[in-house]
Amino acid sequence: MLDAAFFRRWLAAAAAAVDREADRLTELDSPIGDADHGSNLRRGFTAVVATLESTLENTLEKEPPDTPGAVLSLAGRQLISTVGGASGPLYGTLLRRTGRALGDAPRVARGDLADALRAGADAVAQLGGAAPGDKTMLDALVPAVDALPSSFAAAAEAAVQGALATVPLQARKGRASYLGERSIGHQDPGAASSALLFETLAETAETERAERAERTEAAEGAEGTEGVAGRGGHE
Amino acid sequence: MEMLINVAETVVADALRGMAAAHPELIVDVENRVIVRADAPVAGKVGLVSGGGSGHEPLHGGFVGPGMLSAACPGEVFTSPVPDQMVRAAAAVDSGAGVLFVVKNYTGDVLNFDMAADLAEDEGIQVAKVLVNDDVAVTDSLYTAGRRGTGATLFVEKLAGAAAEAGMPLERVESIARRVNENSRSFGVALSACSTPAKGSPTFDLPAGELELGVGIHGEPGRERRAMMTSREIADFAVDAVLDDLNPRDPVLVLVNGMGGTPLLELYGFNAEVQRVLGERGVAVARTLVGNYVTSLDMAGASVTLCRVDEELLGLWDAPVRTPGLRWGM
Repeated sequence: MLDAAFFRRWLAAAAAAVDREADRLTELDSPIGDADHGSNLRRGFTAVVATLESTLENTLEKEPPDTPGAVLSLAGRQLISTVGGASGPLYGTLLRRTGRALGDAPRVARGDLADALRAGADAVAQLGGAAPGDKTMLDALVPAVDALPSSFAAAAEAAVQGALATVPLQARKGRASYLGERSIGHQDPGAASSALLFETLAETAETERAERAERTEAAEGAEGTEGVAGRGGHE
Repeated sequence: MEMLINVAETVVADALRGMAAAHPELIVDVENRVIVRADAPVAGKVGLVSGGGSGHEPLHGGFVGPGMLSAACPGEVFTSPVPDQMVRAAAAVDSGAGVLFVVKNYTGDVLNFDMAADLAEDEGIQVAKVLVNDDVAVTDSLYTAGRRGTGATLFVEKLAGAAAEAGMPLERVESIARRVNENSRSFGVALSACSTPAKGSPTFDLPAGELELGVGIHGEPGRERRAMMTSREIADFAVDAVLDDLNPRDPVLVLVNGMGGTPLLELYGFNAEVQRVLGERGVAVARTLVGNYVTSLDMAGASVTLCRVDEELLGLWDAPVRTPGLRWGM
């Protein structure tokens, strides 16, 4: 099960990945956009992390969110207030709607997250008026959501493949659409950043799994009541 | 590309601080990124709010003042502002007569202004929106994000601004803004790409001796690339592209707009050719404006915008305006 701490950890990992890959995202956005996708998302995710850590002065909520839904909703609102452009409302809506769909459950299963992300992806499609195949973030998002019930790793792989599959497509939405056929041959920057989200989701899940295994091992090594307490003490 | 900046991250904030120092008649909120005319809200007057990515100066902040915009929201370079800015601007200028959002048709601007309109209405502000989409270079609207908002934005902001200043009610100001947009068309060319502060180098590769036809105002490549043409040939191409779509019976306002990196000397020469073509096509010119108004950072190039006007619209164009970027009659 995934708790609020898991989602905070995922978003921090996503922020680190966006920061690391910002130049590449901006580079992808140059030939078919306006060369700012990396810097815009970096600004947004940096603010998300700051808000979640409640270090930002004008945080939207003072109390730290304590459910997965609340973490994602808060992150989404922060993106909308910080990023601008199309990616602010689109990524913001993705997280908000996913958060809303998760409700106020303190822990959610991977299947719950898949359902919620589907609601989020639907909201993105509606807001942007786009469908898979239009060379947008949906081309990574939708296959990833489809694969998530299998495993986190499968979702990450599907997102990466989906992003790569945007290369031969002609853009029909957003600024790249103005290029017509000249948008063919370039990877969509929004699909590339969506793939980063799912890659970091899989990494976060793997890290937690490894930590759990380590604790279990340590607990079994202790061979006693302490071991049981150790396992139960998972944050 | 060398730039007169400190660091890319503070370009917009630095410019706003400089604007505040140069224009005490405006309230420039650097932190919240809103530029408001100092006497807002004006009793009984409709508020006119626009905004968009930075990099198009003097659009939009340079068009704030009596006779034009009530407030503007500058985003990051080429990035739509966020809803919080627009709501703040709307609240600052609303006298109770409502607010009109002037929105250029780009996915980001549309999404953020839509969210802002919802939020402002929640706060009890009556909001109307008009979308500017005058760029004829976008031909296949079915398979794109639709025609872009470019030079006609200046006409919409000037004429709707004059209507608001005259005390017209919101629905009337909105209908005038819509009418101006529907009667305006633009076509732009680029002789060079522009360099955003974040990237620091040209956003696309345009070899010497070539030009891009049908560009927007965000450093994106255009519809087609050709070997360099003369001012005369570009005027023929651009004006005909506009006239193919507009078919004016009434006289027109002409905007010969520089993209930021083309000297006025060249723009006036280009205007001479634009006027020649219009004369040859039998189009009557009511007024002409030449200069860098809706720019794309340091891009070299120009656009032509025509707006069909009747007596009422021409009167609104001639009405006094006092902004950093456009000023006459007061």
